[in-house]
Amino acid sequence: MIGLGHYLTVAAMLFTLGIFGIFLNRKNVIVILMSIELMLLAVNINLVAFSSFLGDLAGQVFALFVLTVAAGEAAIGLAIVVVYFRNRGSIAVEDINLMKG
Amino acid sequence: MPRYLVELAPLHSELILIIGAMVLLLWGAFRPETERQADIISWAAIGVLALAGIVLARQPLGNNTLFDGSFRFDAFARYVKMIVIISSAGALLLAPNDARRGKYLKFEYAVLLLLATAGMLMMISANDLISLYLSLELQSLALYVLAAFKRDDVRSSEAGLKYFVLGALSSGMLLYGASLVYGFTGATNFNDIAAVALTKGAGQNIGLIFGLVFLMVGLAFKISAVPFHMWTPDVYEGAPTPVTALFAAAPKAAAFALLTRVMITAFGGIKPQWQQIIIFLSIASMVLGAVAAIGQTNVKRLLAYSSIGNMGFVLVGLAAASPEGIEGVLIYLATYLVMTLGAFAVVLCMRRRSGPVEEIADLAGLATTNPGMAATMAIMMFSLAGIPPLAGFWGKYYVFLAAVKADLWPLAIIGVVASVVGAFYYIRIVIVMYVNDAKSGAENRFMRVPLRESTVMALACLITLLGFLPFPLRNGSLGDWIIATASAAARSLFG
Repeated sequence: MIGLGHYLTVAAMLFTLGIFGIFLNRKNVIVILMSIELMLLAVNINLVAFSSFLGDLAGQVFALFVLTVAAGEAAIGLAIVVVYFRNRGSIAVEDINLMKG
Repeated sequence: MPRYLVELAPLHSELILIIGAMVLLLWGAFRPETERQADIISWAAIGVLALAGIVLARQPLGNNTLFDGSFRFDAFARYVKMIVIISSAGALLLAPNDARRGKYLKFEYAVLLLLATAGMLMMISANDLISLYLSLELQSLALYVLAAFKRDDVRSSEAGLKYFVLGALSSGMLLYGASLVYGFTGATNFNDIAAVALTKGAGQNIGLIFGLVFLMVGLAFKISAVPFHMWTPDVYEGAPTPVTALFAAAPKAAAFALLTRVMITAFGGIKPQWQQIIIFLSIASMVLGAVAAIGQTNVKRLLAYSSIGNMGFVLVGLAAASPEGIEGVLIYLATYLVMTLGAFAVVLCMRRRSGPVEEIADLAGLATTNPGMAATMAIMMFSLAGIPPLAGFWGKYYVFLAAVKADLWPLAIIGVVASVVGAFYYIRIVIVMYVNDAKSGAENRFMRVPLRESTVMALACLITLLGFLPFPLRNGSLGDWIIATASAAARSLFG
């Protein structure tokens, strides 16, 4: 029988993969955008699983909002990446180093 | 007014901002794209902000909640919203001159700023995990674009990219925390979460604590508390200076109000659990803000570390978790807004014929070449260092007082030490301006200070110098009035 714990474990694994994707990735900004998307989807799994097990609709409504905002976020992220590429001619992570921090 | 509009009364200032933004967007889109148009639209946007401010000030208090309790309007919300509106208007006022000279004067700037401000106002009123997330994103998405607003400048777009990646990461963390809190309390509304957090044994609920921690990490990113501050210096340095002036004040105040409401309203029942984290964030921010700023040569980077340090001081008030502590937070935020705007007005005027300069060394001899600018910067630096009787001292005084009353002696002592260390780099700027000699030659002179910048500088100086002196304003000084309002606002949160 698949219980709440299984869903939460999958979500936690995806979320961790997303975070590691952002920090360990040394190649490409697009991969970072994908990692961010992975994190948000992990959250959605959490929300829908909780919603179903609690018998409460709020979680599913929340998940729908998250999906919508994630689309907006991806659009703005890609736009900024395009602007960056025009100026710098590269979107490799190691080239994002004009300011040190 | 139609009935549905009357029922939405607590939301009127946000509605004005959003409708204003839409109207100005259409106006800008259907008119020729000239700098004159952009200038008119930014004045119109300041008008919209002023209107929202007036409506907000006249809005009666009471136990106002909207949308099934997910939006809450109280004295606390009104106070912080006023701070946010004033700092947004100030940042917008400072923008057009710099934008014209930097050739990025576009009408979208004002529209995005209005949308970001609307998001911030909703953040301050958010009383539900869903409205928390949506308002935070409305604010963040507009601010990502503003950071990268100078499209042809590689540093600005790099700042935008860094801000976006770390901002999205923090939103993800916050959201993961929100999902866990929802799952382990079965509610998204703060009052319902509070009811669960108040039950016996809530402090041992691992899922709830995990969610709380993730939520706090997300919000700590937004107020740039150490160890989640890495983006701040880079974004402050790279973003166009008027945008940095906005970032330093309004979003910080809004995110801080959100953090306060989440901690006090929703998680008041498990205070021991979050208090330690806030104390850690506070000490780390104060110490790093003071120490790391010492080696900086760029004024904008220095102000970034200064803002990290200042957020540490504000967190001292939250760590006390008492009405006095929140009162200190609110007083601190108000004085910090004035000092930041004043300091950035000066930074915006650091412009030679060849272009803008940002190094501290460029300020050398400013006292002889431009005494007014030097005096403003000196007052702001002394105030940020917390030297009485300037406004900045009182913010620090009230947060430390609250910490002592809450028996957080070590926190107060570390805070005072960090404040003394911080005074070193603030006063170094004053010394550069007043003791070092200016480089000779007309090409090393700064350009004339434009009217808008000098107005902001003069106002900031007046408030910082005289605000807390016993200076008559009906009955008592401006400072007395701020303290009384902040006190009432802080109590409304605990009511």
